[in-house]
Amino acid sequence: MRKLFIALVLTLVGGLLGAGALAGAGPAAADGGSSGEDKLSINAKLIDTSGGKSEPVAGVDIVVTGADGEAVGTATTDDEGIAAVPIPQGGEYTVSIDTNTLPENTFLTDPDRTKATVNVLGFDATVQFPIGPDTRNLETWVDRLPDLLMQGIKFGLLIALAALGLSMIYGTTGLTNFAHGELVTLGGILTWTLNRQAGLPVLWAGVLTVIIMAGVGALQDLGFWRPLRDRGSGNIALMIVSIGFGLFLRNVYQYFFGDDTRAYSEYTSQGPLDLPLVEPTPKDLVIIAVAIAVLVVVSLLLARTRLGKATRAVADNPSLAASSGINVAQVITVVWIAGTALAGLSGVLLGVDQQVEYQMGFKILLLVFAGVTLGGLGTVWGAMLGSLIVGIMIEMSTLVVPAELKYVGALVLLILILLVRPQGILGRRERVG
Amino acid sequence: MNWDQIIEFSLRSAFGSEAIVYAMAAIGLNVHFGYTGLLNFGQAGFMAVGGYGIAASVTTFGLSFWVAVPIGILAAIVFALLLGAPTLRLRADYLAIVTIAAAEIIRIVVGSVSLQEYFGGRDGLQEFNDSFVAINPYDSSVNMVLFTLRPNDAWVFTVGWIMVGLACLLVWALMRSPWGRVLKSIREDEEAVRSLGKNVYSYKMQALVLGGVLGGIAGFLVALDQAAINPENFSTDVTFFAYTVLILGGAARVLGPVVGAIMFWFLISVLGNFFTQATAGDNPLISPEIMTGTQASLVRFIAAGLGLVLLVIFRPQGIFGDKREIALDAR
Repeated sequence: MRKLFIALVLTLVGGLLGAGALAGAGPAAADGGSSGEDKLSINAKLIDTSGGKSEPVAGVDIVVTGADGEAVGTATTDDEGIAAVPIPQGGEYTVSIDTNTLPENTFLTDPDRTKATVNVLGFDATVQFPIGPDTRNLETWVDRLPDLLMQGIKFGLLIALAALGLSMIYGTTGLTNFAHGELVTLGGILTWTLNRQAGLPVLWAGVLTVIIMAGVGALQDLGFWRPLRDRGSGNIALMIVSIGFGLFLRNVYQYFFGDDTRAYSEYTSQGPLDLPLVEPTPKDLVIIAVAIAVLVVVSLLLARTRLGKATRAVADNPSLAASSGINVAQVITVVWIAGTALAGLSGVLLGVDQQVEYQMGFKILLLVFAGVTLGGLGTVWGAMLGSLIVGIMIEMSTLVVPAELKYVGALVLLILILLVRPQGILGRRERVG
Repeated sequence: MNWDQIIEFSLRSAFGSEAIVYAMAAIGLNVHFGYTGLLNFGQAGFMAVGGYGIAASVTTFGLSFWVAVPIGILAAIVFALLLGAPTLRLRADYLAIVTIAAAEIIRIVVGSVSLQEYFGGRDGLQEFNDSFVAINPYDSSVNMVLFTLRPNDAWVFTVGWIMVGLACLLVWALMRSPWGRVLKSIREDEEAVRSLGKNVYSYKMQALVLGGVLGGIAGFLVALDQAAINPENFSTDVTFFAYTVLILGGAARVLGPVVGAIMFWFLISVLGNFFTQATAGDNPLISPEIMTGTQASLVRFIAAGLGLVLLVIFRPQGIFGDKREIALDAR
């Protein structure tokens, strides 16, 4: 009984380690594998997939060469099509296949790819040499379209979460807040800290972050922006103040967080789901679902509740709203709370989607501005619509321009929109000076 | 703590190339923001256009340095016209967003791999200033009493301060002319100026071009000082620091940007050198748990951000300015 139990445990552990190696997984697996470093090996795998079948190819010689060019070992593929070559330690190795030993009528998919370089960390690595004619559909732009659309929607929703706050704050107070990106960053950094330092799961760290960010929003308005408004500071003065404030916050973040890019402990690398048309990772779907749900709820609150209507009234015309009995100062505080919490949520999700670094919010700030301006400065629905368009356009533009220039397209669009329709899609004409 | 060294380094910074470049950029901003009330947040873009105008003309296209200088200026003019055309009829904050976006476009494009053969990507461009170095009259280090300058630095120092002086003279002359008075009235009340039959759009465009060219010259000075140029010289923060310089010295004053640049770089440099020394060595003044050497280099930027906030709130006119002349209330 006891023996059986131990065997079971060993099998499970072995299976887990193997799975980790296959997935090329993250740091956790590396820690686990380091104890067995003396048994490291590189596995070359040969599977013939021609004609829809999946047959291992046996009897092919594989040579593994170290970084210094000296052969480390050779092996021949077995009945499962696997050749395991033991290696002394981790590092960079070149795996080459001897094509002369391939069986008759069997060819590599890419005849020129007879070598592969692997960087072996603390666990076994597997190298595949695809065999048989390339049956995959060559990716055309039509194939990429649905995936890019999905990525664009996801990015657009992340921008929209930040844009909503920016636009509502602009609408109710006239402040163009150049420090809004830093609120997004704070969301990411807080979640990372709660997750990695305090050990909370990402989910709870994220929820807690949004609650803390709501408090930060209240503090920021009551302790900083409201006193400035009460002093009668002009809008341009406040805009420059926000620039200085953003500069201050960015460097404070870098002071405490450093300039590394850091990941949460969960959801870091996920394989794509195989859906028709698109191949999202599970976290893509979760991010999209959460963002849509939150945006719908906020829209409903703005459209239906008393406070929501009051908010839109203040955004429309603060003096008129005040004279009809709306407590403008209170509405503005609520807008700051909601806007900061939304920006924080954007940072939480951006951290799940990419990773956390001290400039993450500043880097998307101009895209947020582009979304808000496109939709119409100060409007609520416009901010969401504009952000979605900006997000989709950024991802779609990679069909035409190199990925490194994808933000340029959105920024050019921003300038062109101002040329043609400065009030934005949903803005009203008289807003323009 | 070696105070002599801190003071020497800081004075070199306060009168050296950093201050010269920022003084020049801020003089340009002064024409935009101080006198005309235009919110140009893309001064780094104008600097990049000027600097890359010279560098790419010489290094990539093999033109003579003396042909490259007018090309750089022309590039800054074209950039100003492109930016101004869609935005100068709009409210002030639209210009702010468009100019900051345009500056980022320039920075991303010149740093891109796709255009590496023209602009050198992230590594930027070098070897374009031989003609400038060739006419350097200094052949040994120059002793400036408080600090010494190597021959090339002394040459950049001389040319830089002469340019700053000429720019100040130009701004002084223009702003007391009828043309300058129109700019100032646009800042105060655009509608009133329009009702007097002035073409406000055209005046704003002229101001944008003039300030942009001064920004382009600041870009030249960056390129000449480093004998190299790369996209990181023109990040958005450069514009923000130039605004801090302008507001510190006093907007809408001819010498405001110059005094602002000298003071800004002196303070930044004192802070930087103090904390670097305080965290260096085996037994640092500040323990590494509180502040490491890397963190020490950030203190000055934290202070710069805080300084800008406090300045705008408590003394928006800076050292020399007049509060009534600062365009901070427009919507």
